Amino acid sequence: MHIVVCIKQVPDSAQIRVHPVTNTIMRQGVPAIVNPYDLFSLEEALRLKDKFGGKVTMLCMGPPQAEEALRKCISFGADDAVLVTDRAFAGADTLATSYALTAGVRQIAKEQAVDIVFTGKQTIDGDTAQVGPGIAKRMGLQLLTYVSRIVEVDLENRSITVERRAEGGVQVLKTSLPCLITMLENTNEMRFANLPAMIHAAAYPVRKWSKEDAGIEDLSKIGLKGSPTVVSKVFGPTPRSEKVEMLDLENSSLRDVSLNLIQKIFTRHPTLESDLLMKEMT
Amino acid sequence: MSQAPTPAAAPAKRPAGRGGRNLELSDELKAYKGVWVFIEHDRGHVHSVSWELIGEARKLADTLGCPVSAILLGGPDEPLEKFAAEAFTFGADKAYIMKDPVLKGYRNEPFTKGMTDLVNKYQPEIFLLGATSMGRDLAGSVATTLLTGLTADCTELKIDPTSKALAATRPTFGGSLYCTIMTLAYRPQMATVRPRVMLMPRADASRTGEITYDTLGMIETQVVTKMLDFIADANSNKINLPYADVIVSGGKGLKNPENFKLVFELARVLGGEVGSTRPCVQAGWVEADRQVGQTGKTVRPKLYIAAGISGAIQHRVGCEAADVIVAINTDVNAPIFEFAHYGIVGNAMQVLPALTQAFAAHLALRSRQVA
Repeated sequence: MHIVVCIKQVPDSAQIRVHPVTNTIMRQGVPAIVNPYDLFSLEEALRLKDKFGGKVTMLCMGPPQAEEALRKCISFGADDAVLVTDRAFAGADTLATSYALTAGVRQIAKEQAVDIVFTGKQTIDGDTAQVGPGIAKRMGLQLLTYVSRIVEVDLENRSITVERRAEGGVQVLKTSLPCLITMLENTNEMRFANLPAMIHAAAYPVRKWSKEDAGIEDLSKIGLKGSPTVVSKVFGPTPRSEKVEMLDLENSSLRDVSLNLIQKIFTRHPTLESDLLMKEMT
Repeated sequence: MSQAPTPAAAPAKRPAGRGGRNLELSDELKAYKGVWVFIEHDRGHVHSVSWELIGEARKLADTLGCPVSAILLGGPDEPLEKFAAEAFTFGADKAYIMKDPVLKGYRNEPFTKGMTDLVNKYQPEIFLLGATSMGRDLAGSVATTLLTGLTADCTELKIDPTSKALAATRPTFGGSLYCTIMTLAYRPQMATVRPRVMLMPRADASRTGEITYDTLGMIETQVVTKMLDFIADANSNKINLPYADVIVSGGKGLKNPENFKLVFELARVLGGEVGSTRPCVQAGWVEADRQVGQTGKTVRPKLYIAAGISGAIQHRVGCEAADVIVAINTDVNAPIFEFAHYGIVGNAMQVLPALTQAFAAHLALRSRQVA
């Protein structure tokens, strides 16, 4: 079984700060990590490999330093890694990114046919959840997003059954291989990398492909040129004009502060109190 | 079915923008008119986000002077006409209905084909979908098939006065920044919006509209993915944060999962829901469905009580639309106090029980007075 897992190297958004004056992202000192959602997909790919044997190939589009993210995945147990990296990819939106990654998957598939492509559910920097569906459409693969469980893989009949989280329930879907899967968060727990694996990963020759290596000739489909969306403005969140009203616990009891707060809440939002009373009575 | 002009086939005479790309709309794409909303429904029920989008679409259409259309795909026995009638009351002028056995229950392949065919045939200028598991799955596929721009999880939609293009604003970098995105040279301009980001429009029962029917042209044997089963969530453990009136949320300041019961107790007294932050969900203290924020749910309650939550920007984007925000935190410098209406500097483990008791007593007293 040959599985390709697409990942992205992202800045750890929990640690990102915005420059108060220029409204730009201050990246200094912010660690670059493997997009956390991608790891749920990687772990699922590794579990399939544990069960069926075969190979997990990592794929990433990004700057040269994204090699580190791929190395991390090698340390977890992925077999091979390809970084498609070219200045011409800069400025890509989700449509252009899905094009470059699709080219990468197709090139990898020339070496060995691919059974499943995994991507993360979404990234934590862009949060769009669009690249996975984009790759599936471009490759003509069946798309299984928000998968909460892989129920069964039948390699003989080339089929796969999964549970997919939908609004209000879970769909049980059966489709044919190859397909593209995005795993839901918290569906599994990423395994640990042991020391020999980390040493192996540190020395692993991550393959770096230019746009030509990935088989891309048409420059109009990648990077800024291949991106229909245009970022017209970037700005920080507007600070609230109204200041918070603090209730002092030092000079009054918890009970008084609570009663005072309740009065203030219901004075500010008169219908809330009647709503709550209605609920109480029904 | 008519084929939309692909962006690649557009005339090359357009002026080049930054990076040599086209930013000018070709003449054939100028023919694209109208605002479309995908009406998401499942098992006889329309997702409220669709009505919220009709309300938003109405404003955009009024600015552009064009109609709003509701798009309904579903099975032959599903009440799509009833949903269309409801869409009219919320502000839609037209409805496009596609009924086919293979469209019963959402599956990516037939829905993408149906949607893509409709867009190519009727050429809408703007196409909005809910950022749900269905909407995001479908929007990404349709936009890629049509090779057009798609902006995810928008928090504001406007018409740019100069270009008349859709200016879609969305949080990025986990909510630290907002960016306004436009699709200038491609049509339709697509965007998804999360549930509860936009206000629910008021229904006007006198409004009606015109329905157009189309066929899918696909049979079951052509659809590769089969739905074997749908396991509906048990009502008892269904968490519906986006539509809760009162939410009591707990964060890492509660120190351990056991202390979360204090949050549940206050929520119970207020008949509300329990929310949380990403670190608590990651630590396994509460279910993922309780996460409020950029990577969780967007909420719009009347009252939001944040206990032991520092108020990181990722959390703020999910809850700042609440009418009243109360923050309880030991750290006076916690960012939550920058956007809360009322703040208590204190230990949530002590404040929560006091609040629970005071609310219970107050509500009991008032209901006796009312009765």
